[in-house]
Amino acid sequence: MIVASLLPNINELFDWRSLAGGDTLLAFNKTALMAFVSTAICIAIFWTGSRKQALVPTGIQNVAEMGYDMIEENVSVAAMGEEGKGWTPYFATLFFWIFFINIWSIIPGIQFPATARIAIPLILALLSWATFIGVGLIRQGPAYFWNSINPPGVPIALKFLVVPIEFFSKFLMRPFSLAVRLFANMTAGHLILTIFAIMTNELLIVHSSGLYQVIFAPLPFLGLVAFTGFEVLVAVLQAYIFTILTAVYVSESMHAEH
Amino acid sequence: MHTVITLLANDLGPSLKSGLGSIGYGLAAIGPGIGIGMIVGNSVQAMARQPEMSGTVRTTMFLGIAFAEALALIGFVLTFI
Repeated sequence: MIVASLLPNINELFDWRSLAGGDTLLAFNKTALMAFVSTAICIAIFWTGSRKQALVPTGIQNVAEMGYDMIEENVSVAAMGEEGKGWTPYFATLFFWIFFINIWSIIPGIQFPATARIAIPLILALLSWATFIGVGLIRQGPAYFWNSINPPGVPIALKFLVVPIEFFSKFLMRPFSLAVRLFANMTAGHLILTIFAIMTNELLIVHSSGLYQVIFAPLPFLGLVAFTGFEVLVAVLQAYIFTILTAVYVSESMHAEH
Repeated sequence: MHTVITLLANDLGPSLKSGLGSIGYGLAAIGPGIGIGMIVGNSVQAMARQPEMSGTVRTTMFLGIAFAEALALIGFVLTFI
């Protein structure tokens, strides 16, 4: 109840004033700036890492190669087998871009993940959606749509039930859940950090109902430190889950089920 | 039931409305909580029995967690609507 009265309106945590472009749809605000900076960081790491390819990697080349190998081993090959190796550049881009956007949620002074606005997760999810449908159409032709909603070995009578469910879960629920999973995880993390920071501020600095509150200040502060550590885990995990789900969906549309 | 809740929510004003949203989120988190517990528990068992399969098991475990978690997160988002 007290915390609720201390919290600002929830929109204040997620609305940013436009830096350029006014209040139109093309407004350029902090989240867009963060997305561009993340892109620049990704390009910088992988461009300097692959510019002079030494046989024995050192420095930034080591980091870039380890990151790429990790994605190849844990995402492309794990989800798609050997033929997934050609997909590693796309998955590595997806993983590192999402990760560098998510990690802003704990960088002091910024502390806001751009993925906590629905725009970026939604576009990424629609991209994955278009990718797996496109791969299905290329590999299986127009029969892909029927193959994917008609699992083999189902009795005729049950098909009236199974086909609509499969259609709903494959073509409507997948992009929605991809977008909402990333968005809601980062929003929840941002809210938790905000709530602990506000509680610490209230107990330590404002203490509106008496000085005795000050001795309780370490409790929410420890929570804030612990959840900041937890946010690192969430940032990595959500980037990984988004990437591997895309990989699984693409690998599913490559081959018809038998 | 639904109309009763709507009536209550309209009568009780905005702060209790968000309280009802929180209760809804709590209800939505029960099932996924049990589901994630079962997924992780069984994965740990599988990894302990066959350590050489732990890479595959871990990937599948994260997939299962992601699917179960989606339900809780949809409940979380609906709290704010």
